[in-house]
Amino acid sequence: MSEHNSNKPVSFQEKLEKNVWALVLATAMIVSVGGIVEIVPLFYLDSTFEDTAHVDEDGNPLYKELEGVRPYTALELAGRDVYQREGCYLCHSQMIRPFRDEKDRYGHYSLAVESKYDHPFQWGSKRTGPDIARLGGKYSDEWHRQHLRAPRSVVPESIMPNYPWLDDATIDGVGIEKRVKAMRVLGVPYTDEDIKGAAASVEGKTEMDAMVAYLQVLGTMIKFEPGRDYRD
Amino acid sequence: MFFIDRKGVVAMQAEQQYSFQIVKWFAYMAVVYLVVGTGIGVYIASELAWPVLNFDNPYISFGRLRPLHTNAVIFAFGGSTLMATAYYIVQRTSGVRLWSDKLAWFTFWGWNLVIVSAVITLPLGITQSKEYAELEWPIDILIAVVWLAYSFNFIMTLATRKVSHIYVANWFFLAMMIMITYLHVVNSLSIPVELFKSYSIYSGVQDAMIQWWWGHNAVGFFLTAGFLGIMYYFVPKQANRPIYSYRLSVIHFWALTFGYVWLGAHHLQYTALPDWTGSLGAAISLAMIIPSWGGAINGMFTLSGAWDKLRTDYILRFLIVSLAFYAMSTFEGPVMAAKTVNALSHYTDWTIGHVHAGALGWVAMVSIGAIYHMVERLWGTTIWSVKLVNLHFWMATIGTVVYITAMWVSGIMQGLMWRAYDDYGNLAYTFVESVAQMHPYYAMRAAGGLIFFLGACVMLFNVTVTIRKAIADSSAKSAATANAVI
Repeated sequence: MSEHNSNKPVSFQEKLEKNVWALVLATAMIVSVGGIVEIVPLFYLDSTFEDTAHVDEDGNPLYKELEGVRPYTALELAGRDVYQREGCYLCHSQMIRPFRDEKDRYGHYSLAVESKYDHPFQWGSKRTGPDIARLGGKYSDEWHRQHLRAPRSVVPESIMPNYPWLDDATIDGVGIEKRVKAMRVLGVPYTDEDIKGAAASVEGKTEMDAMVAYLQVLGTMIKFEPGRDYRD
Repeated sequence: MFFIDRKGVVAMQAEQQYSFQIVKWFAYMAVVYLVVGTGIGVYIASELAWPVLNFDNPYISFGRLRPLHTNAVIFAFGGSTLMATAYYIVQRTSGVRLWSDKLAWFTFWGWNLVIVSAVITLPLGITQSKEYAELEWPIDILIAVVWLAYSFNFIMTLATRKVSHIYVANWFFLAMMIMITYLHVVNSLSIPVELFKSYSIYSGVQDAMIQWWWGHNAVGFFLTAGFLGIMYYFVPKQANRPIYSYRLSVIHFWALTFGYVWLGAHHLQYTALPDWTGSLGAAISLAMIIPSWGGAINGMFTLSGAWDKLRTDYILRFLIVSLAFYAMSTFEGPVMAAKTVNALSHYTDWTIGHVHAGALGWVAMVSIGAIYHMVERLWGTTIWSVKLVNLHFWMATIGTVVYITAMWVSGIMQGLMWRAYDDYGNLAYTFVESVAQMHPYYAMRAAGGLIFFLGACVMLFNVTVTIRKAIADSSAKSAATANAVI
């Protein structure tokens, strides 16, 4: 346009439209702002996690119960891998929101510290089935086995698929040792003993055993203080 | 004597000037993947209505097929459409051939290899378990390489263009290419444990934020910016009128590219993500109505003075109805991001309905319009059956409306049942009572999806016959021309 209208100054927009490299650069800068503002602070702000958000004058954590969060055992980790493989997170959330009905139905709202060792997170985005963030300890191991093999045999209205094949496969000890090691590389505090004992601890266990172990630990690591507000 | 019709000549000239072979292949594969992706969708929708369809078979159980459905529709169908249209538009609006044919063919085979890998690995349960980024690390690396080759070829073609200004459709494609590169690389970073098993380097709350920064921008850039590029070229072309407002497209572009990036956090409201992040995401979501509607209006008003074309031009109908769905779902999105609504709608089928209003109504409809438009010009012919295009239009529209209506009802019902209390202060319903209530709506959703899927089958048939006839005609013509010369 400017070539036909030489008195008009060339706008910045027009410069971009005529120079692909300038347009690429400007776009690359504009689209990076939102992500930087929303993501980067989560890695350094103490308020992101409840244990670093609530400390005394010396910087010691005030809420001791939050230290109950521990890395998964080798068997639980193997169960978590099965959970991911079967796509369970597509129908079950693991993130209880601070509402009255969710407290009554599922239990205490979820904290950020509770999933700090979850690579990747399993919060989910959909409740085709119920939230299972605090499933641990609510049902017996035997109920879980039966429910996983044939959900409608215990909950007639359920639309969950049957998972009979979990009984057929055993956990590979060598594989799980590698996985525990990889988790340590990512910063999950496994000890040398944890790694050494990983293979032996899953010896002879089926995927069903691993899955049940994982489901039974969900949401049980913190013993909540009644009336304490962890998210203020 | 033998005359080649005008359209045929134009197509032959364009064929010599531009690399259209690559566009043809991607466009045809897009139609094939539309059928495949929606077909899998209908199947998994039926599994939710009738769980017996899981057949106790691990490879077709819902949890493994659902990622295959999303990957097939987003990356196989959406990706092939984006590559076909980007290669087509950049050549037409720059007046030059693609910078590299070889690189373009590399993207064709590379992208299809990614799709084949997805079809094999996802039913086997090989997954990173991050939504819309399930594919394991070796496939992620292949995606990155192909994506960069695609972007580089596109940018170099623009750099060698013969016109002074870069057309607006290309800006949107550029923004998509840059943002998807960021998102894919950052979100997929992981530590490989085995060839097909890795763990994300992020955990918990940070991983959640990064995942939804990716998740919502796969929507915002892959499924919106790229398809807005399609809109900005094909709506004016099919209507044979210039775009309604240049100024509006400038505002639309910069507001959309700046704003969309912030929205991911609205997926995590009331979760363990700090409140400031979720609220920030929700606030910007509300503001996004303005650029989104600006874009929809820009597209629709392009028809000012030519609305009568909608009566006869079925391809234009697809394009304009897609903009209506775009406007509808970009209004619905900010409403659902508002905290009070989100408290009800999150975790329910309403979200699924919202996604499909955008995916079927906007993304698929605008793509279908663009593909019909391109098929006629690439093969220098007219579509074999206009009646079938019209039939497809109605099947796609009705299928989409049935689908999203079912999900509105089921989603809001779920949300209300979960929070309902009886007179004694107890929860009024058990969870499984809400599951049982969903059955008719899940069946209705599967039916809506089926109608949409059958429409896609009609398109595949119509396009295939059109292409076969065009090829047969042109070889007959060239034989006749050759005889005439001799």
